[in-house]
Amino acid sequence: MTDLQTGPGPGSGAAAPELSPEEEHERKLEARLERAAARGPKTTRVVAARVSLRARIVELWRSRELFIFLARKDIKVKYKNSVLGFLWSMLNPALTLIVYFLVFKVVLKNGVPQFAIYLFSGLLVWNLFQTAIIGATSAVVSNGGIVKKVSFPREILALSTVGSSTVFFFFQALVMVLFLVVLQHSPAWGQMWLLVPALVALLVFTSALAVFLSAVNVYFRDVEHLVQVMLMVWFWAIPIVYVFHQVQSGLQRHHLFWIYVADPLVPVVLTFQRVLYNVSTYTPPGATTPVPLLPEHSTAWYATFNLAVAGVSALLVLGSLVVFGRLEGNFAEEL
Amino acid sequence: MTKPIAVDVVGVSKRFRLYHEKVNSMKERILRAGRNPYEDFWALRDVAFQVTEGETVGILGRNGSGKSTLLKCVSGILQPTDGRVVVRGQLAALLELGAGFQPELSGRDNIYLNASLLGLSTREVQRRFDEIVAFAELEQFIDNQVKYYSSGMYVRLGFSVAVSVEPDVLVVDEVLAVGDENFSRKCLDKIKSFQDEGRTILFVTHAADLVRQICDRAIVLDQGRMLGYGLPGEEIRLFREQMMEASGELPVALEEPEEPLPSAPRPITITGIDLEHPGSGSRPYLLPGEPLAVHVAFEAIEPVDDVVFVIEIRDRVGQLVFGSDTEILEHRYDAPAGSGRADLTFESVPLLDGTYGVSIGVRSRKGATIYDWRDQSDHFEVMNPGRATGSVSLTLRADIRAASLS
Repeated sequence: MTDLQTGPGPGSGAAAPELSPEEEHERKLEARLERAAARGPKTTRVVAARVSLRARIVELWRSRELFIFLARKDIKVKYKNSVLGFLWSMLNPALTLIVYFLVFKVVLKNGVPQFAIYLFSGLLVWNLFQTAIIGATSAVVSNGGIVKKVSFPREILALSTVGSSTVFFFFQALVMVLFLVVLQHSPAWGQMWLLVPALVALLVFTSALAVFLSAVNVYFRDVEHLVQVMLMVWFWAIPIVYVFHQVQSGLQRHHLFWIYVADPLVPVVLTFQRVLYNVSTYTPPGATTPVPLLPEHSTAWYATFNLAVAGVSALLVLGSLVVFGRLEGNFAEEL
Repeated sequence: MTKPIAVDVVGVSKRFRLYHEKVNSMKERILRAGRNPYEDFWALRDVAFQVTEGETVGILGRNGSGKSTLLKCVSGILQPTDGRVVVRGQLAALLELGAGFQPELSGRDNIYLNASLLGLSTREVQRRFDEIVAFAELEQFIDNQVKYYSSGMYVRLGFSVAVSVEPDVLVVDEVLAVGDENFSRKCLDKIKSFQDEGRTILFVTHAADLVRQICDRAIVLDQGRMLGYGLPGEEIRLFREQMMEASGELPVALEEPEEPLPSAPRPITITGIDLEHPGSGSRPYLLPGEPLAVHVAFEAIEPVDDVVFVIEIRDRVGQLVFGSDTEILEHRYDAPAGSGRADLTFESVPLLDGTYGVSIGVRSRKGATIYDWRDQSDHFEVMNPGRATGSVSLTLRADIRAASLS
């Protein structure tokens, strides 16, 4: 028999022994608690104005699957309604490549042998960096809808842009392989492993900047525009379309060499060129003797330099996570 | 045994800075550095409570009382300016159904994306995928882009994904009111089964009746402060009281007591009305079924024969709940000159909660002359500690059995 009691009205206590609401509540709760306990141990989470860096990193690690889904979403959505779809991720850099090739090789006659390969080695790195940074800067702002309604570590938004850019990077790398085969160009097989520390350094550095910019842009929307301009300047501060040797002597004369090399992207780009392009000397127009095209350093020098960049960038990542954490508190209001 | 605490809210305050002008560009920030006028607005002020695991807590409050901010702080969307919230177990927040859906992606992709936003692993989504689709009733459309979904489909999918997370703590913000009736019933059923499974639920609503039906505890917020935390019946009463105070008026639209009806000196006037709750002790309200006594003091300037006392009880919206008089009771009274007292007693007031107004009148037997009329001048309150809703406390018993074959 079910006793659907409507509360302590007249005669309500006749059928069952009267329980006060408090007692009834206790009894019900106990049964529920048993079932809750049966589901096993639970993790504890703290929401406060200051959350320790360690707790942030633990949260990020727990959300790694979300990272993959968001990166996948970026990729799927990006070329969703275009006819060529995915091909754009390869066509776009290919066209840039053709333009630079025509300008520097055909018009300006820079005399660099196999210039297309040289150019592509640097552009691979640059495209990853540029796509990730532009995407990440607006990542939190453009996902305002989720940020205001769902709770998750928001750094993931910036990091997933780095993730999707990395996927595009690999697509372009396939084109690079095609280039090498068609042009019958042989990379430095023995130094191929150098690409790994170089890519790690690039990803860590890009992530640090991405996380930082995505948070700052919420407060200053100018950052988006500023980033566009800075990227343009930055592009020319890296030996991608020109040759390292061309700037080396000039910089050394003005004691600016170390500033130039301190740019974390420079060693990464140089490494990619060292490995994929693999031509050590060339004859500049007007000269008679061949000169070194890339810094003539040992494999160990490249490896160390990249690992140093990765190490410093890792510290930058921690710093940017701290900044992000400080700024995050007011995201929902600023969006 | 100490009961595990699922949600521990420790002295949480949240300040919003309201700028008179929204400034988002760097130029303006620099130009106005330090001079941009703003007001501090405390959406929450020192809110502290603990929710025992397995409890369902309703958060009541007027618009702008900080309910949603509190939920956002608990679910980690906003960080409190001060204090902290400790949540034990996995938490899912249903603040807006389908938040984070990507219109360009298919329903299928969105289920995976949304579920992982809410913290569900891919393996679990795969396992529950069919269940999610079936609950949302979207089998045919699951591979269509979400942008072609109707708003109902959108919301169904959102709810379906959110509950599939099977969180230890579920936070719900007034989303149950969406969808067609059939679906909102499904939602409610789901919430009830969550309760049975010992999951903790926190939800915000305006619907006091819903709180009464499903909550174990209720919280009343007003202007960011916690007014009360306790059993739903008491808190709902507090909430109603506060709603009335805020609207600055008594529950029943009081019309100006019509001035002396007969302009001539009235032979008999009501001099005072006093309500007494003999069964409720010091409580300022009744429980359903408790007695109520209405004492009417009157004054006759001359002897009046055949005086009839009328009593009417009206609810908040002015609807007549009960009306009777001493003529119906066949209680004839001839008033001598001087003062007197009429005691009108209800042995039991079987009403559920609300505030009720009492009107008292004195008239002649033929009804032709109304000597005096006090419209809704006194009120009494009933607090319903049970779960039944409505306005009348009926006694219900059920006897259900299989038909015996004879």
